[in-house]
Amino acid sequence: MDLENQKRVKNFTEQYGAENIVVLLGAAEGEASGLAAETVTNGDPTYAGPLTGVQLGLRVYHVCEPEMKEEFDPDIYSEQVEMMEMVLDVDDIINEMTAIREQFCKY
Amino acid sequence: MKSVIKGAGYILVHTPDMVIHNGTTQTTERIVNPEGEYLKELPGHLRSFEQTLSYYPNQVYIGNMTPDALAAVPQPWYDKECPKCDRYGQFGQIMPQEEFILLMQACDVFDLVKIDREFVAAHKAALAANEVIDESIVNRVAEGVDAAEIARLVSEEHSEGLYHNGQLVGCVNRAHDIDVNLSAHVMHENLVSKASSVLALLSAIRNAGIAKEDVEYVIDCSEEACGDMNQRGGGNFAKAAAEIAGLSAATGSDTRGFCAGPAHALVEAAALVAAGAYKTVVVTAGGCTAKLGMNGKDHVKKGLPILEDMLGGCAIVLTQDDGVNPVVNLGILGRHTVGTGSAPQAVIGSLVTDALDRAGLKVTDVDKFSPEMQNPDITKPAGAGDVPLANYKMIAALAVKRGDIEKKDLASFVAERGLTGYAPTQGHIPSGVPYIGFARNEIAAGNMKRVMIIGKGSLFLGRMTNLFDGVSFVIEANEGEKKAEDSISEEEVKSMIAKAMREFAESLMAKAE
Repeated sequence: MDLENQKRVKNFTEQYGAENIVVLLGAAEGEASGLAAETVTNGDPTYAGPLTGVQLGLRVYHVCEPEMKEEFDPDIYSEQVEMMEMVLDVDDIINEMTAIREQFCKY
Repeated sequence: MKSVIKGAGYILVHTPDMVIHNGTTQTTERIVNPEGEYLKELPGHLRSFEQTLSYYPNQVYIGNMTPDALAAVPQPWYDKECPKCDRYGQFGQIMPQEEFILLMQACDVFDLVKIDREFVAAHKAALAANEVIDESIVNRVAEGVDAAEIARLVSEEHSEGLYHNGQLVGCVNRAHDIDVNLSAHVMHENLVSKASSVLALLSAIRNAGIAKEDVEYVIDCSEEACGDMNQRGGGNFAKAAAEIAGLSAATGSDTRGFCAGPAHALVEAAALVAAGAYKTVVVTAGGCTAKLGMNGKDHVKKGLPILEDMLGGCAIVLTQDDGVNPVVNLGILGRHTVGTGSAPQAVIGSLVTDALDRAGLKVTDVDKFSPEMQNPDITKPAGAGDVPLANYKMIAALAVKRGDIEKKDLASFVAERGLTGYAPTQGHIPSGVPYIGFARNEIAAGNMKRVMIIGKGSLFLGRMTNLFDGVSFVIEANEGEKKAEDSISEEEVKSMIAKAMREFAESLMAKAE
């Protein structure tokens, strides 16, 4: 996750409280999704950004995961996300995301 | 009036020493981690000129092999030798570093580039023998200076060194003592862009079979900026390159749009020709030193050669309709607008399907799509995936959503209407335009009817807007002349009949009187 986004996640968490934050990802594949999810839960695994060593344990989902999909108006989802859903390896993303949440999510 | 693609030039320059000294991944590493393993290991991963000649994607870029033939070669390609290894191809050439250093000096009109006189003596004949370099350029190569003077300029005057095989053979001086916009670093970067643009221009004009005097306007669409502290991006690389290329009847200007620059420039060029403002317009772009070795850390870590050791350049010649060459159809323009948004679906929709909808066409009415044509051999080991393939999957998925194709045909759509990436990761260079040369051939041969060129750009890099950008256009078979002939002759017949009737009537009336 780029350093600017790490800074924003950290600032929002301080402002609103970790229990009130959900991080929504749109990465193009499983590994990148997993890395971003790890960053906002267990800290930056690349030891480069403001979340290095910061274990926020935030709730984090990819926009193609079923938990998120059911939150959307189906028409909006179809208009904005459905095409990418067809392109991405959604099962791989779900596996990566679930593993990270089970390990590091505190909420 | 329609505008047609008269010809294209595509060039590569092998610059291994510039990877070390000028690529930003390496210059950054030299500041933050000067004793690190990467900088120590890097030289051992550089390719020889011969190795870059026998690299499959390079041979495709200059036109000695088609993208379809490349698709049949299993990836990766860096460990394979292309049987075709010519430095010249139907679209242009692969220039070695020593010739390019002399070309840079020839392109310098402010006496900023100094070359070791022994180096000049050793390589001037090679530049003179180059297929597209004529006397007017060779005569600009100066005799050179002593090696000791170059060493002094680099150590005392902040000059940017020019290296060949690890040896200091020249330098680019700063053009101002305190203005950072004219620093030796910036002048080096801009002269590289200018010199590679000149090479692309000369190749394209030669391939188009036009006279230099025919060119009336040049548009540069690279990603560099030239100017001083009072006008940082004042510009006109276009006219500067046109001067050296000998395009004495041309004026020009620069168009910028990050990686989407070339696609924007081509739409502008086609419109200028179609409007009758200029009869012949050339769109040109030189290469970028900053991006050399951009993914070098990943390549070295994985034991690969440094594959980003090539500067890229391209130039496309557009002229008024000649009845033969493929036409740029300005009625089918894709545009990512301010209001489009950044969701991939909205982006692809705006660039591909919205444009086709306006023309009453389906996705399957386009024979080939050419979006970002980055070489996957470079991007995959760096974790960026196969960029063209990702684009094709999105276009195919959108086609499924619209009902243009069945979901089961998704894979075959990608194979049939997609291309394998082969362009160097030089930002604007891979963005849609590399295929125009091949598209012109295929359309002229009757193998294809329509090709869509798609340019996309990441504007956030300039920190002025978070908006995405993109533009697309369609090149199609030229059927104009035939139709025009038919309709003109029909009209002519009608007017002849009308004239004859009138004359007959008049003669009858005269007789009656």
